[in-house]
Amino acid sequence: MEDSRLVLSPSPHIRDEDTTEKIMLTVVAALVPVWAAATYFFGFNSVRLVLVSILVAVGSEALFLAIRRKPITIWDGSALVTGMLLGLSLPPSLPTWMAILGSFIAIVIGKQVFGGLGANPFNPALVGRAVLVASFTSQMTTWTMPFTDAVTSATPLVSGQVSYAELFFGTVPGSLGETSALAILLGGVFLFYRGVLDYRIPVGFLGTVAVLSFVFGQDVAYQLLSGSLLFGAVFMATDMVTSPITPVGRWIFGIGCGLVLVLIRFWGSLPEGLTYSILLMNAFTPLINRWTRPRIYGQGVKQA
Amino acid sequence: MVKVKNFRGGVHPEYNKHITGDKPIKVLPAPNEVVIPLAQHAGAPAEPLVTKGDSVLVGQEIGRSAGTISAAVHASVSGTVVAVEPRQSINGREVLSVVIENDGQDAKVPMAGHPDPIQLSSGEIRQRIEAAGIVGLGGAAFPTAAKVNPPQGCKIEYLLINGSECEPYLTADQKLMEEYTEDVILGAKLLAKACGAEKIIIAVEANKPEALRKMRALAGSNAIEVVALVVKYPAGGEKQLIKAVLNREVPEHGLPAQCGVLVNNVGTAWAVAKACKHGQPLIERVITVTGDGIKEPANYLVRIGTPFRDIIDAAGGFAGEPGKVIAGGPMMGLAQFDLNVPIVKGVAGILVLSNKVTKEFDPMPCIKCARCVDVCPVYLMPVTIEKFAMNAMWDEAEDYGAMDCIECGCCTYICPSKRALLSWIRLAKTEIAELQRRQTS
Repeated sequence: MEDSRLVLSPSPHIRDEDTTEKIMLTVVAALVPVWAAATYFFGFNSVRLVLVSILVAVGSEALFLAIRRKPITIWDGSALVTGMLLGLSLPPSLPTWMAILGSFIAIVIGKQVFGGLGANPFNPALVGRAVLVASFTSQMTTWTMPFTDAVTSATPLVSGQVSYAELFFGTVPGSLGETSALAILLGGVFLFYRGVLDYRIPVGFLGTVAVLSFVFGQDVAYQLLSGSLLFGAVFMATDMVTSPITPVGRWIFGIGCGLVLVLIRFWGSLPEGLTYSILLMNAFTPLINRWTRPRIYGQGVKQA
Repeated sequence: MVKVKNFRGGVHPEYNKHITGDKPIKVLPAPNEVVIPLAQHAGAPAEPLVTKGDSVLVGQEIGRSAGTISAAVHASVSGTVVAVEPRQSINGREVLSVVIENDGQDAKVPMAGHPDPIQLSSGEIRQRIEAAGIVGLGGAAFPTAAKVNPPQGCKIEYLLINGSECEPYLTADQKLMEEYTEDVILGAKLLAKACGAEKIIIAVEANKPEALRKMRALAGSNAIEVVALVVKYPAGGEKQLIKAVLNREVPEHGLPAQCGVLVNNVGTAWAVAKACKHGQPLIERVITVTGDGIKEPANYLVRIGTPFRDIIDAAGGFAGEPGKVIAGGPMMGLAQFDLNVPIVKGVAGILVLSNKVTKEFDPMPCIKCARCVDVCPVYLMPVTIEKFAMNAMWDEAEDYGAMDCIECGCCTYICPSKRALLSWIRLAKTEIAELQRRQTS
């Protein structure tokens, strides 16, 4: 005798409260102090570029989901995160149309062509940024001084021009969200505390850069705090979709990012190390997963 | 702060033990009719010894054990056999069952007790366990007589008594440890003697301080160690328990005996004590009736074969509209559609979730957050096996350890995209087992 009110489904019958939407919104929340710092230092340019990036990212996500005849899932927050990350990685003086182009490429070429959320091999925001760096190298490497619109031609990666304190608080020329180590660390700690960030990737990444900087006689603190490294190590390399799923794999991924970055920074002639280091390691993620399968319980145990 | 025994992986669902944790065990009067399936255990179903019209007494054997991995089944009430026919069972299948109309007399078969059961020889204890039809009461219902008779060449060093009760909501084992402490400890000693274990360790999750205290008070003088376990699901999984308490691992696809350990549930120990002391077969057990969908949650001592409906009625009936009725706990329990199914030996509770909290989920794309990898207590990559299963890549699924899955459900529980990971892994296990069967035949 059946009771039609009863739901039949397999165990488990309860689920954790956390959802993919909540994870995305947690990343957004972690980026808020970074955006706030950027707006404090660079004023309207920060609002302009980040907002445009977000709107274009979410808009092109909706457009291409419609073209692909898929449900419009823009409320999952993933396009919002991509837009924010890309916007915050742009130099303050970049023309708006370049941000539009970068954000469109990030979502369409970086994500939707691979099948959308979860299916992209490369971090979408970095794909957008890589295309911009390759196409508009001078605009992408022209930074302005905080609180002014004065353009500084000097690359911020020259040691000795600025103090550690300035680097830490972010009163240096640089891309919008990448100057303030303080704001980035605040966001990172929040993500870690909420269980959204695996410490292995940023620790492996930054640790490798620190060790190699020391070995090659560079200014370690300067190497860690300058440029886009901290922002990338905390927010870009830790992208769940494009980083390994095994604990050992995440160490290898982080350390690999650090190695490639150091190679580019110390010996390369590329204008941009961070983007390419993470993208290159993204390409290795499936292989790393395959090589770092955890030992299954009871495997290799001798029968007593 | 006493250090608790921990293991890697696992999840922290809301335990909800407060609902019934302070409710003493009530004896539920025997129902008018019991339905006793002949297959309540792992292994071969018992062979029926009665036919329609027979009179039976409480404790009378009505199903004979049918092989090494099988167990006898006994009448839990006295009265008349009204049917021996397939009846709906909790696993969704119809199982040959003996239906007995209760005459209300509770007339018992003569039961041969022993005034000081610890004097029994290990062979005699094993014999009594077998005669009493005892199976593991923790859920898997593996015949205990077969378990305490480890394969040749395996020396049992440790007997672990599992009092973790890591399934959320359930408090049956907790109340048993609190109220029948002496019998549980006697059962542990008898089991240790039966399997030749040198040492007994009773493991209880640290969220049951009263049970821990009582066990410690009675165990202290008897060279039995009582340890506190981390409060984490599945601390009571056999493999996780062995890892946490002894830092040993059961060999892959092997038995605990192969690493010198035997694990038995506290309920099983209690049943063994009763079989040896009073000669009483396994005809009753303690269960928890709980959840937001039940009016008066409680812990009951019930006869095996009591239909769910009688138990739910005794607990005041449904509170509001029921959404799910689950045999067991929320992590591994089985959802039911028919309330005439009976309580069997391996069911530790009935959980009723109201339709307000019963949710169905639409899976979203996997974002590779790897939480399923982090929580898997046998260190699998559930997301990878899921992907193989969805593409019918059974060899690859097997290579990634699908057959090692203990079906604890941690992966599905933790998934933020609400994917049915365990369901896909179960499918892979079924397909792989079928392929293996075909290869060997």
